[in-house]
Amino acid sequence: MAIIKVEHLTKIYGSDTEKALRLLNQGMDNESIKKQTKQVVGIRDVSFQVEQGESFVIMGLSGSGKSTLLRCLNGLINATAGKIIIDGQELTGMSSRQLEELRRKKMGMVFQRFALLPHRTVLGNVGYGLEIQGIARDQRDQQSLQAIEMVGLKGWEDSYPANLSGGMQQRVGIARALATDPDILLMDEPFSALDPLIRQEMQDELLEIQNKLQKTIVFITHDLDEALKIGERIALMKDGKIVQMGQPEDILLSPASEYVARFVENVNYSRALTASSVMVKARNVVHPKDGPMTALHIMERFGMSSLFVTDRLGKLLGYINADDASEIVKQGIRQLDTIIKNDAPVAYPDTPLYDLLEVLAHTKVPVAVIDESNNLKGVLVRGSVIAGLAGERRESNE
Amino acid sequence: MSSMMDRIPSIPLARWTDQAIDYLQVEWGDSTQAFATGMEELIKGLQGFLINMPPELLIIVFGLLAWWLVNKKTALFTIIGLMFIYNIGLWKVSMDTLALVIGAVALCMIIGIPLGILAAKNTTAHRIISPVLDFMQTLPAFVYLLPAIPFFGLGVVPAILTTIVFAMPPVIRLTDLGLKQVPEELVELGKSFGSTFLQMLFKIELPLARASILAGINQCIMLSLSMVVVAAMIGAKGLGGVVWTAIQQLKMGMGFEAGVAIVILAIILDRITQNLGKTTRRENDI
Repeated sequence: MAIIKVEHLTKIYGSDTEKALRLLNQGMDNESIKKQTKQVVGIRDVSFQVEQGESFVIMGLSGSGKSTLLRCLNGLINATAGKIIIDGQELTGMSSRQLEELRRKKMGMVFQRFALLPHRTVLGNVGYGLEIQGIARDQRDQQSLQAIEMVGLKGWEDSYPANLSGGMQQRVGIARALATDPDILLMDEPFSALDPLIRQEMQDELLEIQNKLQKTIVFITHDLDEALKIGERIALMKDGKIVQMGQPEDILLSPASEYVARFVENVNYSRALTASSVMVKARNVVHPKDGPMTALHIMERFGMSSLFVTDRLGKLLGYINADDASEIVKQGIRQLDTIIKNDAPVAYPDTPLYDLLEVLAHTKVPVAVIDESNNLKGVLVRGSVIAGLAGERRESNE
Repeated sequence: MSSMMDRIPSIPLARWTDQAIDYLQVEWGDSTQAFATGMEELIKGLQGFLINMPPELLIIVFGLLAWWLVNKKTALFTIIGLMFIYNIGLWKVSMDTLALVIGAVALCMIIGIPLGILAAKNTTAHRIISPVLDFMQTLPAFVYLLPAIPFFGLGVVPAILTTIVFAMPPVIRLTDLGLKQVPEELVELGKSFGSTFLQMLFKIELPLARASILAGINQCIMLSLSMVVVAAMIGAKGLGGVVWTAIQQLKMGMGFEAGVAIVILAIILDRITQNLGKTTRRENDI
């Protein structure tokens, strides 16, 4: 179910937005609208949906409208035109009391510069959302402590923000957003102000927390690597428009425009690509019933020193190597069963390439890509992996 | 040029003002007098309390307060300074002055902080309040000192009211400024978690504006003290009264003594209140 629905949302900054909106609907570009009407277009005609439990990343450079879009979702900024529907309730046209209630119960927000209250302890900061809902002290503290523990800050609850490092401060920010147990987390470049090592650590922890809690996350970033890591779906924004929306690999492998292509040019492919996007089809496999002579023949013909063994339905049984095969040929054994090894390195189609680089560096046999029921889907050989890392588009190797 | 200007009839601002004051006095005279009596009782009560307390006890209390809020050095200065005032025989008049200042500052806070909040929250209010504050700060005190007499009589009350006119603007301005300086992100934080207007004000904005508001109160205290001599002209006694008498009788030494006592009170009050602001500022420095 889509928990967030945004339909034809437009935001124009200025005092007289009507004329600008009319020009915008006629298709005039932002620059000309600004020249003619002195009104600035923040977002133009954006539509998307976010499913319950999905991590949706909005990515773009500064000035692309991504922060404005996020702030429209909880009504911090009023949209000029279009509809926002949160969990079945339409945001536009809500009374301020209804809006308060929605913000209290449904959404938590995490800020780029942490936005901690300097006069409150960690516990006081995390409990803020609960406090303004009028929840009694005992329950508030208990819920806050749970959230603090979840972000790994147990023992720091009586410290003041000034005494915490940047990473710890943002943990407090995340704990505060989690404490009220909202369905939706709005995260506005939460890790941009942190140094790279801490940033990665926080990304990993966010993914871990997300694994446990399955919140709906709308995450803003200007960092493509981060977007690819966090996002199940990514929307790329430019000049207030969404220029491409899709799964991380769609954006990487088939950029919709020159702009997107330039954006993804410098990406670290090992983080973005998964095993399935660089594997090659396992053309040459043997079955246990095939004799060692057949296996040797295939290996010789394709210049390989090992070969995967599957059953008739394609389930991976292991691999054999050439030395063992020649050995049993000498002994006159007709079956491969005795020499099948099952210590072949394996990966799943969605394993990030980044996690496989070390395995690939050390293994003597190719990495088998299998699905949950052990079916051999493909093989990772070094050549195809290197091509993938170099950013070569996937050839039709099916 | 000047001849052309001369043809415009002179605007009778002075006469209008006189008429307005006469009118107000006739219409409102009774109620302002009643108000004056009530307020006088309050200030007299406070003065009586400070004067009837044993001086030793009061000096120790002030010393401890300075120690607790600032440091040992300020505490020592407070004790020695107050003992000196007692020694030169100005204790009673100093307590009169202190009561006057406390009364004036309390009123400035009660009226000024809400007005500062209003100015910060409402552009129209800000547009009205701002020039009025300029007026209050720059209009020479004597100009409104004398008209106060027909309304409130001679004594503490007109003294306090004129002190308020002079000393309240910084409270309003710095409350306004403090609230406007609350970082945008913290305002967004408050809104995004669904805070009501009052929750925003009391849980986020006022605590963050505390340093600025306290700086305003500190300024207010200093300005109040600087008004005591002027206020003595319309019957507020205290240290200002001593200075005023000394000037009239050309008693230089007596005037100097009273002047030094005012300075000592000013330094004590300044150090104590200034430090209230600083502790918060340190917390804010992230």
